[in-house]
Amino acid sequence: MKSKFNASNAVVAVVCAALVLLPVYSATTGNIFILTLMTRIIIFALAASSLNLIMGYGGMMSFGHAAYLGIGGYAVGILAAEGIGSGFIQWPVALGVSALFALVIGALSLRTRGVYFIMITLAFAQMAYYVASALSRYGGDDGLTIYKRSTFDGLINLSDRTQFYYLCLACLFGGVYLIWRIVNSRFGLVVQGVRSNEQRMQAIGFPAYRYRLTCFVIAGTICGLAGALLANNTDFVSPAVMYWTRSGDLMVMVILGGMGSLFGPLIGAIVYLVLEELLSQFTEYWALIMGPLLLLIVLFARGGIMGLLGRIRRG
Amino acid sequence: MADPLLRVDNLVRRFGGILATDNLSLEVPRGELHAIIGPNGAGKTTLISQLTGQLMPNSGTIHFAGRDVTGLPSYRRSRLGLARSFQITSLLKDFTALDNVALAAQAHDGHSFRFWGNARKERHLRDTARAALQRVGLGSRADVLVSELSHGEQRELELAVALATKPQLLLLDEPMAGLGVTESARMVELLKELRKEFTIVLVEHDMEAVFALADRITVLVYGRVIACDTPDAIRRHEEVKRAYLGEQHAVTRHG
Ligand SMILES: Nc1ncnc2c1ncn2[C@@H]1O[C@H](COP(=O)(O)OP(=O)(O)OP(=O)(O)O)[C@@H](O)[C@H]1O
Ligand SMILES: [Mg+2]
Repeated sequence: MKSKFNASNAVVAVVCAALVLLPVYSATTGNIFILTLMTRIIIFALAASSLNLIMGYGGMMSFGHAAYLGIGGYAVGILAAEGIGSGFIQWPVALGVSALFALVIGALSLRTRGVYFIMITLAFAQMAYYVASALSRYGGDDGLTIYKRSTFDGLINLSDRTQFYYLCLACLFGGVYLIWRIVNSRFGLVVQGVRSNEQRMQAIGFPAYRYRLTCFVIAGTICGLAGALLANNTDFVSPAVMYWTRSGDLMVMVILGGMGSLFGPLIGAIVYLVLEELLSQFTEYWALIMGPLLLLIVLFARGGIMGLLGRIRRG
Repeated sequence: MADPLLRVDNLVRRFGGILATDNLSLEVPRGELHAIIGPNGAGKTTLISQLTGQLMPNSGTIHFAGRDVTGLPSYRRSRLGLARSFQITSLLKDFTALDNVALAAQAHDGHSFRFWGNARKERHLRDTARAALQRVGLGSRADVLVSELSHGEQRELELAVALATKPQLLLLDEPMAGLGVTESARMVELLKELRKEFTIVLVEHDMEAVFALADRITVLVYGRVIACDTPDAIRRHEEVKRAYLGEQHAVTRHG
């Protein structure tokens, strides 16, 4: 928003350019692995960005955000299993069900604050996890294999690696752009104002609850889209994507990258998932290294990586 | 006589065993500057909070502009024209002064379910906000973060925020709390201006200011109204002198 040069803007620009050019690199070198990895990272970055909208800008510490990954994914998987392969049906359903789920759990959990809010969102997500585990018709615990990716006839072929990559990237950029518009809009200012001082916002005439709930639903819907992408990416959806550790991963990405920073979740997702990939090659106890690293970031870099970079300025 | 702008009947509010508001009744006609004084813990802030809806009374009613607002949440009352400033500064700390006031203006300019346009570029909101800042003498501090404003400036900003909601009734809870001598004098001048335009309920410990400004004064002790009259009559009021004034005068002189 501010046009001043600083290291965080530069890093974001370079990263975005690299993401756009990656398929070219992958095609010329024949390195398919990196394209697959980055596709996955981009999808998680979209999910983390949506979490950032409520957590970073709205101050709503949802610990159940991975639920929407599962809901979006199961919407695609179940419809596919029932013979409805068109993405024009699958995806709107994925978004709609995610929005509805967000509306219900938001309406209940947003009446609470602080630790209670964290626990309630966690509880709802775990409920979704157990419900999915009980869907024996759709694989139950073992999950559901998707034999055919969503079809968008005449538009795009999701089975083509490069096309799918660009679709994910477009969704990420579109999502971040949408969040940017929202954050600076009337609505966005109200949501951020409520994060800052709810009593004050009520006193000047804002019904805080409605604005927070709407924001919660928007974030859930965007994450539902990430869920639909993820299911297509892995050709599979299982209860595990909704498990609380997944929600934790998303929170970590947001905090690592920088809460309330537009591109923070993207940077956080890249660093987190690349580190996970690298460390897990050396040791299965990679979490033991990741944990302290995170602690350091939280303790010493309040604004995450973006906050650190933002302090490096030219001139 | 016309209906008063604000009418409070038999208001009661308890905190556990404490009666913070004890069967309190009060009328404030349009155009009046009505001061509320009383020792610490008398229930002044508790009363203001019930008037604006941050606190709900246990019983009693509040009528504003002829309408029963007793059960309305604070945002609805703000829409009707009730505005307050907080004794303990309550602002959006990580926003600029201008943003704080512009949001108050925005709250009274239709709904805010607008997701696309840049709110900081809405000219009329920004202009209203700048005018309110100018009014309280913060015109040149518009783009400063609230957390970087001095205490005195934050008190003034509290007032600007209230003004930007286009209120009919201003409820000011110790606007001079913690201000220095020159800042207090500035605030008194400002209140003299504002009283020409707004009906004001003023809670204040600064007795000089209160007696200089008020049309009528209500004295609260332990949540009860022990007197409600003109400044002159209050000065002569025996029970008030005993319960409050003498001691309080001494306090303000030395403090
Ligand atoms: N939220 C609360 N919970 C419990 N007791 C409270 C609460 N708020 C106020 N009280 C009590 O109610 C009484 C009135 O408090 P209040 O803050 O309204 O007094 P006040 O007249 O504004 O005092 P001051 O001049 O110090 O601002 C006090 O005894 C106070 O301890
Ligand atoms: Mg008080």
